[in-house]
Amino acid sequence: MSRRTLGTKVLMHVLLVPFLIFALFPFYHMLLTSLKQDRELYDRFAVPLAIKQGPTLEHYTKLLRETEFLTWTKNSLMVTVLATTASVIIGTVAAYALSRLKFRGVNSFGTGIFVTYLVPTSLLFLPLAQVINWIGLADSKWALVVTYPTFLVPFCTWLLMGYFRTVPKEVEECAMVDGATRIQALWRIVLPIAIPGLVCAVLFAFTLSWNEFIYALTFTSSSEQITASVGVTSELIRGDIYFWGELMAGAILGSVPIVILYVFFLDYYVSGLTAGAVK
Amino acid sequence: MAIGTLPATGAPARLPWRTRVRETLDRERVLGPLFITPALILILLLVAYPFCVALYFSVSNAFIGRPSHFIGLTNFIRLWDSDAFRQTFQNAFVFTGISIAFKLVLGISLALLLNQQLWFKRLIRGAVLLPWVIPTALSTLGWWWMFNSLYSVVNWTGIALGLMDPPGPNWLGQRYYAMTAVITVNIWRGLPFFAITILAGLVAIPKELYEAAQADGAGPWSRFWYVTLPMLKPVLAVVVLFSTIFTFSDFNIVYVLTHGGPINTTHLFATYSRMIGLESGRIGEGAAISLYLFPLLMFVVWAQLRFVRKQAY
Repeated sequence: MSRRTLGTKVLMHVLLVPFLIFALFPFYHMLLTSLKQDRELYDRFAVPLAIKQGPTLEHYTKLLRETEFLTWTKNSLMVTVLATTASVIIGTVAAYALSRLKFRGVNSFGTGIFVTYLVPTSLLFLPLAQVINWIGLADSKWALVVTYPTFLVPFCTWLLMGYFRTVPKEVEECAMVDGATRIQALWRIVLPIAIPGLVCAVLFAFTLSWNEFIYALTFTSSSEQITASVGVTSELIRGDIYFWGELMAGAILGSVPIVILYVFFLDYYVSGLTAGAVK
Repeated sequence: MAIGTLPATGAPARLPWRTRVRETLDRERVLGPLFITPALILILLLVAYPFCVALYFSVSNAFIGRPSHFIGLTNFIRLWDSDAFRQTFQNAFVFTGISIAFKLVLGISLALLLNQQLWFKRLIRGAVLLPWVIPTALSTLGWWWMFNSLYSVVNWTGIALGLMDPPGPNWLGQRYYAMTAVITVNIWRGLPFFAITILAGLVAIPKELYEAAQADGAGPWSRFWYVTLPMLKPVLAVVVLFSTIFTFSDFNIVYVLTHGGPINTTHLFATYSRMIGLESGRIGEGAAISLYLFPLLMFVVWAQLRFVRKQAY
């Protein structure tokens, strides 16, 4: 490598530094805050960028022992797993029908799915809260299991349609000539080829429902029913006294499941993100 | 009647029911509708129906726990006359306009950088995308702490670098500073989506175009201006349209960071609608507020269907 290209390469990295600091600093600061002793945390003359007086896990133990944090996390997990499973299944069959089968109304249904995909949750939370009341799911985490698919199914359908279109029709037709039914062909031929797409759909559905906030905040309120995001933002803040250490510990722990998935499936996140918009 | 005479009625009737089900399911016009039914029911019951309920609420004086009456467009008119709503309306445009402009410019710059030969490519991409995958409500708590009036690390850094006079601004308590804060968090959270999607668009541009431009004597700037930007146009359009909807209807950041304050100067449609509709119980008015989002949604859907899906098929 010539000196000039090496210079350019180094320059590119230097230019990236501000972006990386912007992206990562909030997490660094949250982590730091959650590990600091109160004495240092509320010392206005201390340097906030480092831990000088020794780290502590006190905020984490308090969070786990004195609050319902574990219940909220369990609720989040239950809601997320059920909503994701249901949505990926419903989305898979719908996407298959839309990308492969010819029947009356296929085009208008495709448009309908796309429009629903674009409807923001904040447009419908008020009337949905009433519908939830009427069907008797007020203040229940089941309300979330039922409503999360409204934004997950259009997303999964849209994402998977892109993947199904990349599976050559001939492969499927071959199987059907050999006597397989369409459903067998879908199950044995198309789905295995589309596994990257399915992984993507599962990951994104999981992330979207874990991160969902406005429905969870509106449809659930009691401490046994709320999810991690809602619990940390509403139950840990009482009156005007904020327990910043516990608050940051809650924000960190509440993000852990997503971070774990993210570390293992980074490439799927990148490809899924672009598939939604570019495909 | 003797059973033996049955075969005379024709072969299809004798097929076992399993086979018949299999054959029926193999017909596209049977299987297709069957496969979309679950999604269709879901959308009808939990999207289309609530939308109709919202329409009804918006033209009624619905109040939590009280029977409601039809009052025509009164809610929409009364809202339009109220200062708080006008402020919200203005906030939404300022918030969306400034956020998207920054996300677009920074997103293109970041994508161009990520498209270079880099060490630790995967690691850098992972770091850049991180703000987008972490639950927004939780990461915004971190920003809330960073903008705290007493212990703000932003102010500490500003003062240490000599950019601010102590004690520095009270970010969330002062009018324009609060808007700056919510916009900053929105940019922080939305930039990865812009950068990574634009990067995918960059990768798809054929190398030959750059070689041809270079052969014609185009420098880096004109290569960017005459090759990169025109080729990126479709991707940029999609990204901006998507982001317009989701920035305009944003809830989490404002709710956690400022609750719409100080004095409504950061309220957006979603947060104001929640405050009126749930916290003060005027559901009718609350529904009308969120329906002000609807024309924008229609425009974006129309634009997407017209410009974007056309290319997909």
